[in-house]
Amino acid sequence: MNFSIRHVAVSLAACATVLLATTVMAQELTGTLKKVKDDGVMVLGHRDSSMPYSYVAQGNEVVGYSHEFAVKIVEQVKKAVGNPNLTVRLVPINAQNRITLMQNGTIDLECGGTSNTAERRKQVEFSNSLSITQARLLTRKDSGVKEFSDLPNKTVVVTAGTTSERFLRDYIDKTRAPITIVSAKDHAQSFILLQSGRAAAFFMDSDVLAATMARARDSADYVITGTPQTHEAIACMLRRDDPAFKTLVDRTIAGIETSGEAAKMWRKWFDSPIPPNGIQLKLPLPDEIRDLFAKPNDKTL
Amino acid sequence: MSYDWHWRVFLEPAPGHVRYLDWVFSGLKITLTLGLAAWLIALVLGAVLGVMRTLPNRTLQGFAASYVELFRNVPLIVQLFIWYFVGPEVLPFGDAVKKIDPVAQQYLAATLCLGTYTAARVCEQVRGGIMSLPRGQREAGQALGMTLAQTYRSVLLPMALRIVVPPLTSEFLNVFKNSAVASTVGLLELAAQGRQLVDYTSRPYESFIAITLMYILVNAVVMLLMRFVELRARVPGYIGG
Repeated sequence: MNFSIRHVAVSLAACATVLLATTVMAQELTGTLKKVKDDGVMVLGHRDSSMPYSYVAQGNEVVGYSHEFAVKIVEQVKKAVGNPNLTVRLVPINAQNRITLMQNGTIDLECGGTSNTAERRKQVEFSNSLSITQARLLTRKDSGVKEFSDLPNKTVVVTAGTTSERFLRDYIDKTRAPITIVSAKDHAQSFILLQSGRAAAFFMDSDVLAATMARARDSADYVITGTPQTHEAIACMLRRDDPAFKTLVDRTIAGIETSGEAAKMWRKWFDSPIPPNGIQLKLPLPDEIRDLFAKPNDKTL
Repeated sequence: MSYDWHWRVFLEPAPGHVRYLDWVFSGLKITLTLGLAAWLIALVLGAVLGVMRTLPNRTLQGFAASYVELFRNVPLIVQLFIWYFVGPEVLPFGDAVKKIDPVAQQYLAATLCLGTYTAARVCEQVRGGIMSLPRGQREAGQALGMTLAQTYRSVLLPMALRIVVPPLTSEFLNVFKNSAVASTVGLLELAAQGRQLVDYTSRPYESFIAITLMYILVNAVVMLLMRFVELRARVPGYIGG
């Protein structure tokens, strides 16, 4: 009898300690981490055709270079909120709605091909950079387009809501060059307009162009050309004013980058066969990104 | 919600040597012209198809019925992609279409898409209007020695078209609301301008509220206009007249 009472007392004390510990931990959590813990759900935004950063491969599976970072960040979030069975929900987003969906709380983290720009930083926060990208032109080999200066009196397609669209509109506005812009809903549609001859060139981040070209049946007919026009850091997007979550995301990314894992991931996605159909982008790790991996940072370029 | 409203954003200078407010108006202009052009196609085509569905001719009836099934059952956005992406590839004069101004191509595809889609809906309203008339009216016309065309022109249609004014009002409203799908092929109509405003101004709430108000304004005008048509066209002594 006595023995069992002591037993109960001990287990009660243990329960109390656990309860206390969890309350303390819950109090420490703020912002996104608190939301994720309370809901037991973390919502990741992903892209449909932002190859090789984040896209849907066979069987509706989301894959990609940035998506791998997202998956690793989720692992850390699970530890931080103490819930190994955290539900991860994937929400498809596009270039036009991604910022609004982040602001209104629909998605908690987006690791895709989003550029970290000063303008966007007023609305959302960006993590340590995952990659650095430059916008160039994709065109048919026989189109006669070699440089940006060849574009007047031609039609150029851009994907709506991207920094490339913005850059081109501002460029036309400033120089008054007679270039016609067509914007398409996503990269896949932009390429269809190029393929069908309705646009002479597709202006976009060169890695997206390489991926789009590699996937095409007639990829030998196309070429990526022109001096790079933009220079932007690709990063994960999160909500503003959420230091705890930002620290966790930044620390995870920095760990992946400095440990050499990121270089392996780069080789896997940019310089080896990737799904679907084992296409290859053949883009070895540039020195600039090697430097980024050595010194991870969240600078807006 | 603590949100720091900033309505003056619409008076700030926008790229293109205009103000952001001008973007809203340019979007409104495209939505209006697109909606009106599509409505014109829908009204003419829909009325013809609606009559066909009531004619004593199986081939014509079948044709109109198939048209309705096809256009009413395929999602609007899919129809638009077919008009815009597939159309120029399969049509014999497709290459000529691809050479015209890109904005005109988007406009053309969106107008045809909305017009033919709404025509299927108008067709069903017109058919309903004709069917709602007592059979005796058609028979009386024929008994007086009128041809079928004369019966339709002088007896059936003058009544049927008046009866369908209220349901047509809602189709007229729908055509403007549905016109927002045109933004998916890159046409800078009202919804697309709303998206662009958010991109450039970082003011999602102000932008979308402004765009919403424009849609409400358009639809309020349409309702008033159709109400006027309804009053003028009402048959004295018939349905509440």
